[in-house]
Amino acid sequence: MNVHEQFAEDLGLYALGTLQGEERVALERHLEECASCHRELEQLRGDMALLALSTAGPTPPLRARQRLMDAVARESRAHRVPARRWWWAAVPWVVAAALALAAVVFWRQGDRQARRIAELQSESAQQQDQLQRAREIVETLTATDAMRVTLVAAKTPPQPQGKAIYVRDRSSLIFLASNMPALPTQKAYELWLIPPKGAPVPAGVFKPDARGGATVINPPLPTRVEAKAFAITVEPEQGSLSPTMPIVMMGAGE
Amino acid sequence: MGRLYDRYSSIVYSIALRVLGDTGAAEDVLQEVFLQLWRNPGVFDSSRGNMAAWLAVIARNRAIDSLRKRRPEADIADVVVSVEPDLAGDTERARAMEKIRSVLGDMPAAQRSALEMAYFEGLTHTEISARTGEPLGTVKTRIRAGLLSLRKAFA
Repeated sequence: MNVHEQFAEDLGLYALGTLQGEERVALERHLEECASCHRELEQLRGDMALLALSTAGPTPPLRARQRLMDAVARESRAHRVPARRWWWAAVPWVVAAALALAAVVFWRQGDRQARRIAELQSESAQQQDQLQRAREIVETLTATDAMRVTLVAAKTPPQPQGKAIYVRDRSSLIFLASNMPALPTQKAYELWLIPPKGAPVPAGVFKPDARGGATVINPPLPTRVEAKAFAITVEPEQGSLSPTMPIVMMGAGE
Repeated sequence: MGRLYDRYSSIVYSIALRVLGDTGAAEDVLQEVFLQLWRNPGVFDSSRGNMAAWLAVIARNRAIDSLRKRRPEADIADVVVSVEPDLAGDTERARAMEKIRSVLGDMPAAQRSALEMAYFEGLTHTEISARTGEPLGTVKTRIRAGLLSLRKAFA
């Protein structure tokens, strides 16, 4: 029995979320280094999705839609931010706490301080505005139903294009691609961050949709690694740890 | 969000209702799954799979967590689902559903029952073995073979 066969039955239980204890720990360790078992796990989840479809039929009551839309509207008003940007979420609370403290102190100290409160409130409003604008940008970039259009000079045939936006200090990367040629089923594109020295760093595996569009949002990256350029190669579907030549697309910082 | 909800809410609700057997609890799972998607749209990476399949798996797992009163798994972004048939359109889904129901209908009763206990009730193989009196190894094999037979129907 080879090692994959040994794990095959446990993989089914793991996909279902019922594998526990030592068996689970051993399998998770194996999954970290075994692309083929990883791929099998994804397929077992696909089988689970098929089984879920066997229940299809009932539709939720209309009130459920209203309830969701009400919750969305409530959170919009509360200046929701994506979970990953928790420090942005903290900004209004920190400002509010500062204002509350300031209010108590200044109330005792008279008019001069009252003017300072007004200034603080104005700063707070400005921060709220900035936060709102940042949130809108992130939401548009990451929306699953966003329409993505690339404009080029008239009469130019469509070319594959990729745009990487990288903030080194936050290890944050957003990559948008368009007109990417379709790939065979077992292949995928892989994005690479090319540092000034050393080996290229994997920055996300993606497959274009039917129209050739794709996005990679904040892939796992080492902290604060400097990027000289970004490149794309064609790799096996589960991705590689080092690029397989040739490089199909490449770009350096503007 | 409205459009996504209109397209996929029935998938999420159906599986939650089948697992939980209670319309109120199924509506809670529905609300939770879509709110999570709205709060963090990047959580589903369309380059890594099919949204209908992904939502079905996330909804099933959430419903089982709720049934078994477990804390939900935190990171649903790690859940990658790979599925052969195209499930994006209503027609494709209806066709796939027919096929799956027929595979389930043809499955040996003991295998189907083990698969359903694991999938719809979230029972571990030890619990299923205690309930049916079958050896642990047999239960494991039945569950995996059951899942694989669904895939084979689309190969």
